[in-house]
Amino acid sequence: MERIPILKMGTFLLVTIQVDMHDKLASTLQDDLTAQIAKQRSRGVLIDISALDVVDSFIGRMIANISAMARVLDAETVVVGMQPAVAITLVELGLPLDGIHTALNVERGMALLHSRLELHV
Amino acid sequence: MPRGSHIISVLKVHEVAILADWIKEQLSGVTLRPDLLNEATLRDESRAFLNEFRKAMQSGLLDDIKGDSWKGVRDMVTALSRSRALAGFTPSETATFVLSLKPSLFLRLRIELKGDAEAFADEFWQCSVVLDKLALLTMEAYQQSREEVIGRQQSDLLDLSTPVVELWEDVLALPLVGTLDSARTQIVMESLLKKIVDTGATIAIIDITGVPTVDTLVAQHLLKTVAATRLMGADCIISGIRPQIAQTIVHLGVDLGTVVTKATLADAFRVALARTGCRVERLKAERPAAETAEVH
Repeated sequence: MERIPILKMGTFLLVTIQVDMHDKLASTLQDDLTAQIAKQRSRGVLIDISALDVVDSFIGRMIANISAMARVLDAETVVVGMQPAVAITLVELGLPLDGIHTALNVERGMALLHSRLELHV
Repeated sequence: MPRGSHIISVLKVHEVAILADWIKEQLSGVTLRPDLLNEATLRDESRAFLNEFRKAMQSGLLDDIKGDSWKGVRDMVTALSRSRALAGFTPSETATFVLSLKPSLFLRLRIELKGDAEAFADEFWQCSVVLDKLALLTMEAYQQSREEVIGRQQSDLLDLSTPVVELWEDVLALPLVGTLDSARTQIVMESLLKKIVDTGATIAIIDITGVPTVDTLVAQHLLKTVAATRLMGADCIISGIRPQIAQTIVHLGVDLGTVVTKATLADAFRVALARTGCRVERLKAERPAAETAEVH
């Protein structure tokens, strides 16, 4: 079955979305990710969408959902590597992903998570 | 006798003479622009046009200059009109090219149909209508090419008026000049986001000193730009808000939300430097008690 890999990097989890999302895949990802956060006791999730050229409201909502779920499990979500065209589309769709952290690339996202978690601990 | 047949035979038999007369007519006309067009080119164009015109007339379909048989003529006239429009000819100078064919053509027709006034009037009318239509076509092409020039200039202006400046490491500035409409917002957003990717900047300062008015629509566009920038992982500061604009924003009930706003670009730059962990110091104390201008 098609699956989106979840990589563990220290206390963080890295999810790279490289394929077109659909309902099934999204719900599998949500299952896997919440299970992993609970199992690894992760404090941060990085969602890398640099490979996505096109987004729709579905993906926007999915990212918002994942972030909300992670927050309930006490993990911060950072969306990294968004393409300019994708950012413009999300804004035009009226999905500015309020409350979700963003960073230019994975490295910056890591740094952001580190700085945020230090403040919280 | 089919329509326009005399004209066709006149064109066939007297093509060279008509061409010579026509060129003479054009060369002596007040609308000739020797500064923009040399005689050799004029001769070539006239010969080519007359040739295409004769071929089209032979098809006998005089009513329909939009048909296939007139394609050669149309293409030629359009191309000629375009090149003249770009070269700087006036509309009447451009239209005269086709219209000046009338005297020489009708002179030959008159000689051909001597004594048959009715046939002459008939042919004259048909041919005149066709030439008028072609002249109108030149005008259309002329207008169209001018509009293309204007359109291109507009888009050039858009590109020119939205520079993204790298102020410091990780700090970009976007000085906006002129009103902000949807099309412009799109370009501003695209260039800003692209620059963020290129430079890896974390702070973008949008300076609206040059924006004359901020209404709800402009504010909405600004907020969109800020939201898109945030999605790219960078923060936005809006600077250059004049007192009147601050009043308008409040009176209109525009909510700028959590966006950081500053009165001047200098203030915004100060904040940006502080956030990126830099500070500016005066190296030489100019006044006794002076003060390292420290950024907090």
